[in-house]
Amino acid sequence: MLKQLIEKFGGKILKMLESLGRIVLFFLIGIINIFILPFQFKKIIDHLWFIGSKSVFVIILTGLFTGMVLGLQGYHSLAKFGSEAALGSAVSFTLIRELGPVFTAIMVTARAGSAMAAEIGVMRISEQIDALKTMHINPVRFLFTPRIIASVISFPLLTALFDVVGIFGGYISGSIMLGINRYVYMDTVIKSIEISDINGGFYKAVSFAFIVTTICCYRGYYTHLSSGFGARGVSLSTTNAVVHSCIFIFIFDYIITFFLV
Amino acid sequence: MTVPFIQFIDVKKSFGSLHVLKGLNLSIYKGQIIAVIGKSGTGKSVLLKHIIGLVEQDSGQILINGESTQQLSVDARRSFHKELSYMFQDNALFDSMSIYDNVALPLVENVRFPKTHIKEKVITRIQQLGLIDTLEKFPAQLSGGMRKRVALARALVTDPKIVLFDEPTTGLDPVRKNKVHSMIKEYQEQFGFTAVIVTHDIPEIFNLAQRVAMLDDGIIKFEGSKKDILDSHSKILNAFIRGEDV
Repeated sequence: MLKQLIEKFGGKILKMLESLGRIVLFFLIGIINIFILPFQFKKIIDHLWFIGSKSVFVIILTGLFTGMVLGLQGYHSLAKFGSEAALGSAVSFTLIRELGPVFTAIMVTARAGSAMAAEIGVMRISEQIDALKTMHINPVRFLFTPRIIASVISFPLLTALFDVVGIFGGYISGSIMLGINRYVYMDTVIKSIEISDINGGFYKAVSFAFIVTTICCYRGYYTHLSSGFGARGVSLSTTNAVVHSCIFIFIFDYIITFFLV
Repeated sequence: MTVPFIQFIDVKKSFGSLHVLKGLNLSIYKGQIIAVIGKSGTGKSVLLKHIIGLVEQDSGQILINGESTQQLSVDARRSFHKELSYMFQDNALFDSMSIYDNVALPLVENVRFPKTHIKEKVITRIQQLGLIDTLEKFPAQLSGGMRKRVALARALVTDPKIVLFDEPTTGLDPVRKNKVHSMIKEYQEQFGFTAVIVTHDIPEIFNLAQRVAMLDDGIIKFEGSKKDILDSHSKILNAFIRGEDV
């Protein structure tokens, strides 16, 4: 009984270690291939369009409403202490240091990350990845490397957009709807934000780009090993990719914040 | 005696509890077309995947020009694989790419040819297979037979020295089937490549292949020329050719 339990537990640990080794190798091969010529310029542009440009609308929408909610909640909380004037500072601080990078990463995971996992997963089960190998094309370089470059460029830009739109959302709630002086709102935004806050948000955005792209592409690439074959396998991989990306976004958000504060 | 170009010696391969190859022995000679026949699910595609390196044997040896693949240097193995081309049973076309891009991919990614030269080569192959009207289309917009021909065009566009065909004519009408067979024969005579064809096209394949091997229950039960087949008294072979179950 005890032996069986140890065997089962040991088997799971070994499987986990094997998975960990595979994802590290997958990531390293992808990164090394960034520096191997020829530079995959056209593919990077295509992925920039898909990951970056096509996410703009969803980022504007979520950024605006997040900022508006922050403005609304912040106003009523600050009003209890007679500090409504600090609303601009509270909204911008929360967005730039915390919510901007995290919400952007989650939205891009939902929109582009799931698509990456599903597309690569379908390629795996329909032997397209094997076909790449038979054509002497490195599948990791072909599928993962351009996506990671595009993500590392897109995530910080989308995060900056989220922050700006969010601050504007706070302005709509705080100044237009609740009557805080607009010059006071903008003044507190400008005076309270330092370059270190912006840098912190930037580091987070870049880290999340690596995390989301690696997990989503890895889940799709190894669909057959973790989730099985067929449509069900791809759907499971896609779900796992989104769930695991979100979990790791929150874990790394804490770790990075811990080192930054 | 001629040394086989590719030789399988007692190759075994299992996937979990499923034993697919159970000690397979097979010789493939340079410049010849060899057809591998046998019932579905007997491991014919697995045999091809061993040659191209997508699958590795559990035991036994695969020799290339008399040298074991396990002893070949990384460079030697890479240069051998670069001479190979593979046509998948289910085509494995890239569904998010146009037909032109699908056929051009192995050239675009590997060969430092000028764009005009690549275009010329791709168009020639596509034309030869009667697909010129489909250049801008996507695989999902084509019929099964057309997709098969696109896969064939992609396999031949690099002028490979060894071509592995996994059921190249399944789903084609008799006219197209004959056209594909003639094309393989014509190219093979013109370029002298070695071809391994997994097929169910009996008896047509006997006119195309110089040698035929029958895979059954994980081993080669028969290997020989067309004449050897006709002279053979093998019950399994004769029953299979007649479409009877033994």
